[in-house]
Amino acid sequence: MSADAVSSDLPIELSHVDIDTGRVKILRQISLSIEAGAPTVLIGPNGSGKTTLLRAAMGLIAPSSGRVTWGGHAQSPPLRRAIVFQRPVMLRRSAFGNLHYALASAETPRNARRRRANELLSLVDLDGLGDRPARRLSGGEQQRLAIARALAREPRVLFLDEPTASLDPAATKAIEELVRSVSASGVKVVMATHDLGEARRLAGDIVLLHRGTIVERAAVDRFFNAPATKEAQAFLAGELLL
Amino acid sequence: MPDNASALHLLVTADPVLFSIVRLSLAVSLTAAVIASFIGMPLGALVALTRFRGREFVVVVMNALMGLPPVIVGLVVYLSLSRSGPLGSWGLLFTPSAMVIAQTILVTPIIAALTRQTIEDLWLEYRDEFSAMHIGAFKRISTLLWDGRFSLVTALLAGFGRAAAEVGSIIIVGGNIEGFTRTMTTAIALETSKGDLSLAMGLGVILIGIVVLVSALAWGIRRAGERFAG
Repeated sequence: MSADAVSSDLPIELSHVDIDTGRVKILRQISLSIEAGAPTVLIGPNGSGKTTLLRAAMGLIAPSSGRVTWGGHAQSPPLRRAIVFQRPVMLRRSAFGNLHYALASAETPRNARRRRANELLSLVDLDGLGDRPARRLSGGEQQRLAIARALAREPRVLFLDEPTASLDPAATKAIEELVRSVSASGVKVVMATHDLGEARRLAGDIVLLHRGTIVERAAVDRFFNAPATKEAQAFLAGELLL
Repeated sequence: MPDNASALHLLVTADPVLFSIVRLSLAVSLTAAVIASFIGMPLGALVALTRFRGREFVVVVMNALMGLPPVIVGLVVYLSLSRSGPLGSWGLLFTPSAMVIAQTILVTPIIAALTRQTIEDLWLEYRDEFSAMHIGAFKRISTLLWDGRFSLVTALLAGFGRAAAEVGSIIIVGGNIEGFTRTMTTAIALETSKGDLSLAMGLGVILIGIVVLVSALAWGIRRAGERFAG
């Protein structure tokens, strides 16, 4: 793939995007630009639209109205974008087999797949577990394997949907270190979480969603030290956003 | 096979006639189950993964055909293969091939319907990952069939069980000819009609034993596969 094509997914621009399912509006008039740099973290209460926004930015859901573009293109197959769902599905094969499958689907040359799969296993600290059935791995190990599988596409943008939800502190720390490492390698990370501590530790900028709209977007320090909206102040104070 | 022989005696003395019956029963039923798998599994997967007008009707018909009456299938195959039938020139009536055809027709809907359900469930689970990985249609079908392989063993077993236990169609199209088209089930029917109930019962026990053995073997393969592949 050419360098132009590689860089073509960024910036991702969402312009006046509405997404509804019948009578329910999940996203309303979302306008957001996602550019290269430190991780962008989406926060907000349950049902605020974080997952739907990630899926729309990935290109898995078409807007009901409005427009999404990737590097200025409205039609862009997700060849260099990848997403890890909150509960990633492990294919019924070994950890190595899952990576091999992802590499094959990404059209990695056949003779490079074994080496690359082993590199990815090392990257996510799953050395020695390659032969283990993926579904027998722990929650944290499955999440790391899912990230490795996403990285098999060599994405320029990686979407993570609450990657540490229901993980213990040790597994959470491992995932956060992995996210930092991936981000440091030049991959744009866009992540949803409802863990404010995690958002503060990882984010370059924060997007606060509430009831399907963007309430506030700011650099991480500014968001936590001087939130501009009442909703952000209430959310940071631990109050319920209704 | 002597008229007054018990099944146990026939087994112990390795009676060649009994073994030829068992061999033919297994050959016909396994062949039918395998052919039905090659037809039913892709068909079931196709129905599971495609949306078209009338799909619900197809699913209902597919499920209904699981209860296809064997004697009706036997009659239709008999009429098709008889000399005056459209396939009469094949000369297959009263041969093991005719029995395989009849059993394949009976078993295919079972395997197709169970495959559709398995693949549809798996598809709901995998759909998002496939979309995210940009997997094409053909690759999706082959992946789902491969990843559902252990569940599909059950579909294959159900098909084999139906074929092995079936008598209505094969007695019509096979004719229960000794040494040629006589199977376990047709032999049991014959011995019962002759009043030799102990032999019929003994043959029944052997038949059940074979079905249980095949099931146990398939189950073992499934468990081992799940252990190593997840």
